[in-house]
Amino acid sequence: MPMNVLIFGATSAIAQAVARRYADTQATFVLVARDAAKLAANVADLTARGATVSATLVADLEDGDRHGEWVAAAVAALGTLDVVLIAHGTLPDQAQCEADDAAMRQAIDVNFGSAASIATHVARELERQRSGTLAVIASVAGDRGKRSNYVYGAAKAGLAVYLQGLRARLASCGASVLTIKPGFVDTPMTAGFAKGALWATPERVAAAICRAIAARRTVIYVPSFWRPIMWVIRMIPERIFIRMRM
Amino acid sequence: MQRVESWGRYPRVAQESGPLWWRDDPLPEAATLLPYGNGLSYGDSCLNPGGCVITTRTLDRFIAFDETRGVLRCEAGVTLGEILDRCVPRGWFLPVVPGTQFVTVGGAIANDVHGKNHHVAGTFGCHVNSFELRRSDGERLLCTAEDNGAWFRATIGGLGLTGVITWAELQLKRIHSALVECESLPFASLAQFSALCAASDRDFEYTVAWFDCYSWQNGALRGVFTRGRHVEEDDGTLAAPRPRPRASVPFPLPGWVLGRWSMRAFNALYYAIKSRQGRQRVRFEPFLFPLDVLTQWNLAYGPRGFMQLQCVVPVDAAERCLAALLQRITESGQGSFLAVMKCFGDRVSPGCLSFPMPGTTLALDFQNRGESTLSMLRACHELIAAHGGRIYPAKDACMSPEVFATGFPHWRELLPNIDPAFTSGFWRRTAGALNA
Repeated sequence: MPMNVLIFGATSAIAQAVARRYADTQATFVLVARDAAKLAANVADLTARGATVSATLVADLEDGDRHGEWVAAAVAALGTLDVVLIAHGTLPDQAQCEADDAAMRQAIDVNFGSAASIATHVARELERQRSGTLAVIASVAGDRGKRSNYVYGAAKAGLAVYLQGLRARLASCGASVLTIKPGFVDTPMTAGFAKGALWATPERVAAAICRAIAARRTVIYVPSFWRPIMWVIRMIPERIFIRMRM
Repeated sequence: MQRVESWGRYPRVAQESGPLWWRDDPLPEAATLLPYGNGLSYGDSCLNPGGCVITTRTLDRFIAFDETRGVLRCEAGVTLGEILDRCVPRGWFLPVVPGTQFVTVGGAIANDVHGKNHHVAGTFGCHVNSFELRRSDGERLLCTAEDNGAWFRATIGGLGLTGVITWAELQLKRIHSALVECESLPFASLAQFSALCAASDRDFEYTVAWFDCYSWQNGALRGVFTRGRHVEEDDGTLAAPRPRPRASVPFPLPGWVLGRWSMRAFNALYYAIKSRQGRQRVRFEPFLFPLDVLTQWNLAYGPRGFMQLQCVVPVDAAERCLAALLQRITESGQGSFLAVMKCFGDRVSPGCLSFPMPGTTLALDFQNRGESTLSMLRACHELIAAHGGRIYPAKDACMSPEVFATGFPHWRELLPNIDPAFTSGFWRRTAGALNA
């Protein structure tokens, strides 16, 4: 059956790849993104692939006062929410966050605050309809604080804990919550990095996300080899980890 | 991760790369640029040694599909296979496809690719309505045959040198079935091959011949001529799921895997199977894209890669030239795993540096054995040039500037439209050497 899909951060590379997989099954979408031109390009693409885009919202996702309004608009357009994907985020400059606490607060606000706020509104709706999946992109960076990106890591760690609680709360009503922890993904967000063997394409990550949503899984690492890698990294004693200067 | 190398994996070069995620993204900052699609050009026409390639596979969005008129607009990094995924179930087909569906639209335009239906449909560029060209100075040109016509003609077959194509609009053709009705006819000489072309080109949209290059002996040549056309009746096959690649060559195989003896054995076996096939109805994929079932088959040629020789020789010189070529190749002791021939038609492409012309085209793959392979290829190039033929830039890694200028005597017509920041290994090796 074609699904109703709501995506926040719809122009992110991973969200775009996920949307295409649902477009192949003639899904109906509401898409929320910041950049109107990019959003229009994605809408045209999904439509040509057989999807219906019933509404788009061009909005700055940091605008917390309007999160409830957007979820309500999506419900009005779609009726039931089958899948909600929260995919927006930024990769803050760690050095800048250390020097400038406004930059640090903003990084936490975007990657944790706004995602958690949207998740709260979505959760209320899923509770009401007693179905649906909320899938949120966290990160392997949230599994342990590293000196090289602990601001981003802390925001994503907070998000993962928030989703754990939300999952427990929604468990009794038939809705599910999926925490997605991608490793290195080749997207515009990681444009400045040298790419190596551990890097995955957005398409590969999207395939894993769609499988996990269908199977109502709880926490996934994508690609899955990150699960044992992060287990080992979490097990390293703090004193040794400090000396590893990661 | 996308490897930025050419399909023949020769030459190996050092270069930077940067993607275009969106049509409006700034071009990478580098001294020289070259668009790079899916890396299916064989030699160095898709490489920019010491410079930067703009990878365009990330521009993979559809823009509009008019299902009543069969007009498709999409970004330049969309592959022909991705187009077929969308348009076949709706009864539309690409008017020209090369031997693989994995090439991008941008690459198909830049190399003005041709297929088994060249004798009726011409090249890919004959079916392009319009495209947008981005230049390094920030200019964006909407090109059609009428508007910015010089840019349109220079960019079709222009090897990516005129700028980056961000999107293109194509005219598709109607089909009623996903099946092709095809027939295999064995032949025993070049003369018989020519006769089969003459007898088939009117009634069959697709014609191509495979031959066993190890069988050449004083005019005798064993091969199988294949001809086919789309099934006309509505048989309900359009909506059937498309077959996916079945296997992949995971890493470069040792050189002996496609060595002399295994290739002889393969060719004999292939002939035995192919010549007995007769008439049958098959899906279009195995007929048009036989090698696509095995992804990364280029790795089978071993760590040193391989080179392809594809040329076209004018009709009146074709038989003489092909005989001399096959003699030269046989004497060198090098053979080709897959060798194909086809008669091109006379439909003229808008592209000014387009490769096809009326005559016979021949394509052979050679494992790279270093200097012996290069000297054999250079001798073949001289032969082809002497007969008024030309070499396909998209397949080439070693033709001399003189052979290039003989094959494309009008190549300077491209110069005014080349973007000053754009260049390629191929272009510096050929045109660059002529201009110096």
